[in-house]
Amino acid sequence: MNLSMKWLADYTDVSDITIKEYCDRMTMTGSKVEGWKELGAELSGVVCGRILKIERHPNAERLVICQVDVGEAAPVQVITAATNVFEGALVPVAMDGASLTGGTKIKKGKLRGELSEGMFCSIAELGLTLHDMPGAIEDGILILGDVGLGDIPVGADLVQELGLRDIVVEFEITSNRPDCLSVLGLARESAVTFSKPLTLPPVKKPSPSADGDSIGNYLKVTVANTEKCYRYAARVIKNVKIAPSPLWLRMKLRASGVRPINNIVDITNFVMLEYGQPMHAFDYKCIDGSEIVVRSAGDGEQFVSLDSIPHTLDSSMLVIADAKKAVALAGVMGGENSEITDSTATVVFESATFHPGSVRLAAKKLGMRTESSSRFEKGLDSENAMPALDRACEMVELLGAGEVVNGTIDCYPVKKEEVKLPLDADVINAFLGVSLTQEYMAETLKKLDFGVSEDLKTITVPTFRDDVRCMNDIAEEILRMYGYDKIQSTLSQKARPTLGARTERQNFDNNLHDMLVGMGMNEIETFSFISPSWYDKIRLSPDDSRRNCVVISNPLGEDTSVMRTTTLPSMLKTLGDNYSVKNRDFKLFEMSKVYLPTTSDKLPEEPARLTLGFHTPKNDGFYLMKGYVEAILDLAGVKGASFRSVSTEPTFHPGRCAEIYVGNTKLGVFGEAHPAVIDTYGLDGGVYLAEIATDALYEVRRAAIVYAPIPKHPAIERDFSFVCDEAVEAATVASAILSSGTLVESASLFDIYRGPQIGAGKKSMSYAVMLRASDRTLTDAEADEAVSAILAALETKLGVKLR
Amino acid sequence: MRETLEKIKKEALEALSSPSAQLEELRIRFLGKKGELTAVLRGMGKLAPEERREIGELANSVRQQIEQRIEMLSEQQKAAKLDAKLAEEKLDVTVPGVGVKTGRFHPLALVQRQLEDIFLGMGYSIVDGPEVEYDYYNFQALNIPKDHPARDTQDTFYITENILLRSQTSPVQARVMEKTTPPIKIISPGRVYRSDAVDATHSPLFHQLEGLVIDRGITMGDLKGTLEMFAKRMFGEQTRIRFRPHHFPFTEPSAEVDVSCFVCGGTGCRLCKGEGWIEILGAGMVHPNVLRNCGIDPEEYSGFAFGLGIERIALLKYHIDDMRLLYENDIRFLNQF
Repeated sequence: MNLSMKWLADYTDVSDITIKEYCDRMTMTGSKVEGWKELGAELSGVVCGRILKIERHPNAERLVICQVDVGEAAPVQVITAATNVFEGALVPVAMDGASLTGGTKIKKGKLRGELSEGMFCSIAELGLTLHDMPGAIEDGILILGDVGLGDIPVGADLVQELGLRDIVVEFEITSNRPDCLSVLGLARESAVTFSKPLTLPPVKKPSPSADGDSIGNYLKVTVANTEKCYRYAARVIKNVKIAPSPLWLRMKLRASGVRPINNIVDITNFVMLEYGQPMHAFDYKCIDGSEIVVRSAGDGEQFVSLDSIPHTLDSSMLVIADAKKAVALAGVMGGENSEITDSTATVVFESATFHPGSVRLAAKKLGMRTESSSRFEKGLDSENAMPALDRACEMVELLGAGEVVNGTIDCYPVKKEEVKLPLDADVINAFLGVSLTQEYMAETLKKLDFGVSEDLKTITVPTFRDDVRCMNDIAEEILRMYGYDKIQSTLSQKARPTLGARTERQNFDNNLHDMLVGMGMNEIETFSFISPSWYDKIRLSPDDSRRNCVVISNPLGEDTSVMRTTTLPSMLKTLGDNYSVKNRDFKLFEMSKVYLPTTSDKLPEEPARLTLGFHTPKNDGFYLMKGYVEAILDLAGVKGASFRSVSTEPTFHPGRCAEIYVGNTKLGVFGEAHPAVIDTYGLDGGVYLAEIATDALYEVRRAAIVYAPIPKHPAIERDFSFVCDEAVEAATVASAILSSGTLVESASLFDIYRGPQIGAGKKSMSYAVMLRASDRTLTDAEADEAVSAILAALETKLGVKLR
Repeated sequence: MRETLEKIKKEALEALSSPSAQLEELRIRFLGKKGELTAVLRGMGKLAPEERREIGELANSVRQQIEQRIEMLSEQQKAAKLDAKLAEEKLDVTVPGVGVKTGRFHPLALVQRQLEDIFLGMGYSIVDGPEVEYDYYNFQALNIPKDHPARDTQDTFYITENILLRSQTSPVQARVMEKTTPPIKIISPGRVYRSDAVDATHSPLFHQLEGLVIDRGITMGDLKGTLEMFAKRMFGEQTRIRFRPHHFPFTEPSAEVDVSCFVCGGTGCRLCKGEGWIEILGAGMVHPNVLRNCGIDPEEYSGFAFGLGIERIALLKYHIDDMRLLYENDIRFLNQF
């Protein structure tokens, strides 16, 4: 809402307050100021002059020399190239030292040898448009007589005279205060904020016309949908003379950011700005059947709005219709078919209130949020409709725009009820943590137009304050005028103590987080929504269950249209993005969620995921990734994890991918990205990924730490090298060794060798085996026996032989 | 014999006068089993007892002197050798170190951790909630019915008519209140979604932290005291806060909360755009309708709620001028935290 400070001054005088202080204090009492600007601040030194004489410039064909009376003893000489000037014309003259729009400074000087003591101005140079100055021309000098300003005295300061200077304050009004989307509403707030008197203009009812004509001769109004239309009031104006509005009105609209059109339309806009009640004017001759029906639109009903845009309506929308057609979309915009034109002779003024949600929905569906709809959608006061209509009629008379026909139509089936609330200073003081008297509270509310009972214990909420319905609301009214800054800080002395602690799960996640950073990984944050095409990029088959995802019905774009079911594509994209800008040698992790659909009317599951990813120039990172995975399992205290080779994960290299299991619980998958995936993301070399189900990991964690004694007796270490088929997995060999006897404590693989001595399709694996008994020092004989058992086990179970 | 001993002594000490003397060789020559001194001692049996004692003493003294000298020289030689070795091992300490890389927390995680720790210290627990949420919890329970104009300020991504991506962390408030008997003292950080196109100051996904306190006798002064304590911990002891009246459907009274600029201290600078204040929070007393919707009697209990944007704090704290950097995850950016 843009507020003209000149307009505000009509109702309350804050002239002794600087604009900065005005803005600051209005913000602090709840009317937030976004900013302010000074209109016409650059303009100075422009006076009204009459051209006395025009002569050709002796040295320039296209210039003329004018003698101009500017109210001084002698005329001044002005040279111009303008062709629309004539002797006797009244024009704006920028004198020596004047300043114009855009900061142009005017200096006297010689033009082709002749003195020019000033410059004539166009409307643009005065910061005006054709809408502000109807009748003027754009590419010439403003002839004041052309725009109805022929009676300005010669020599008068035009900046003053035309009212070009004003200060406009831009308010950001919150949705609960539609009453402040008006000059009167802001005047009320200003008056209370600065303890100034508020003088509201007494509205003069139109004088009854002598001819006995009455609105009944013109119009019948039926409200067919009383659910969505609370009040519909109308008046008729006859003998309308469409003309530009007077300058003062145009300047008020201009300062408020509304374009002047003509007197009738300007009146409706003026009243909307002043009272906060949007109005509409119909051309009576376009109302078929002399009747107005407020009804629901038909499904598929066609309607062309004032701005010539066609719309298809549906039955959720409310229209103002005549006997045949819709003439306005209620509360949003009028129709082109009943627009005020220069030939309009009779006008119907509408002042109505509608269901806020219905207006909001219609405006949203049709993509036409207007000044009007943005007010109606917040809920307007039905009691305000009639004063606004009266004001419009008064303006018609004031402007001589037409004759107000006797009588008002007012469909107002359910009168708005008065709301009374208790006022209890003790309750409010205890709630806010302040100590104010009942009298202070009552006085503050009175200034805000609340009614207060004699015993000060009951208040009546003004009809324009639908937002005040309970104690909290009253407390806020009092507090904002008392000052939010005067509340004393306290620390919940009355509240019971609570424990501030992370849960076991939160600590688990934090430990994981800390460890990953400690292991040299950088954390990333990627969006939860992705493009469904990203599933193609990671090679998911068309029937992969991960393609079944939560779909956003109104996404910003394809790229953010579905909630991810896997974090791998986001990690790959991040690796690719970094690679493309030549970032090298880093490892990434992300702790986030995926979103797995359940049924359409239920929320999806949101399991947590830990994702790891890095790139190496050569394809040598599998065991490094496995090292990270094992470190994570180790920190979580996971016992008995196993790794199963899997060739069916489409994103991964079929021979370099493993699933992580504890018992039958799958904890995740890791491995080398499939070469086709690597290509898709513009990477080369090897890319290694892991996606771990953090929730499952948490479930199999070691919950409690119980110490195991350190062995008292020494171990005997024996190293072996075995030859076996390539297909034999290290884990199988290790488990055969470990299960061969009770003395085997551990078996660590320390070398794998392939070469001609071993033979094709074979490998040699070297293990260091620790043998230990918990109750005695082993003898060599015992160790030899254990070794024999190991060799026997390997040979019988796996056909593996000592090298 | 005496002369022989004196001669041995002289010769030995002479040979041992050079610091680089071959000690082992000399030890064998003079003191070894077949050494010169041993030879003299062997001949002592022929002497008269009187003389034997005297010569014996002399011989021992010579042996001791030689031994001492050898030992001394040996120490010196060892020390010299070590010195030489150490000198040889001198490294160029300006050559860069090898191999150890640390990772970094994402700046958002750093800020979130700091926020959590402050509120944990004030007795809050941390609660999580679903990001894909029912319209009911995101709006209706929070006093924002369908078609409420406040919905326009939070352009929301919808999944179905009744399921959406939460546009705020506030639905967690409603979920906690439904399940918990006061006292309630929680924070809830997490991802939220609004359909804002990506630019330097907007992102369709960002993080908020919500706070909620409900008990008997909670006042607006308590809200102010809490946020003041938070602001001082987060931005420095000298930080002041300012409440400005505002409107949120789920709190009443409501306030926007500014902190005094932590760069200029309130005198005005580039960070605070000359204002001296920076808006960081929305807060207020929980609306009685919200309490009622969640099964808490507003006659018995009152409480406050607040919410802040984690991105906003990260941008301010680290002087980041473009929000997109937070989600681009360029390693050159991430390595700075």
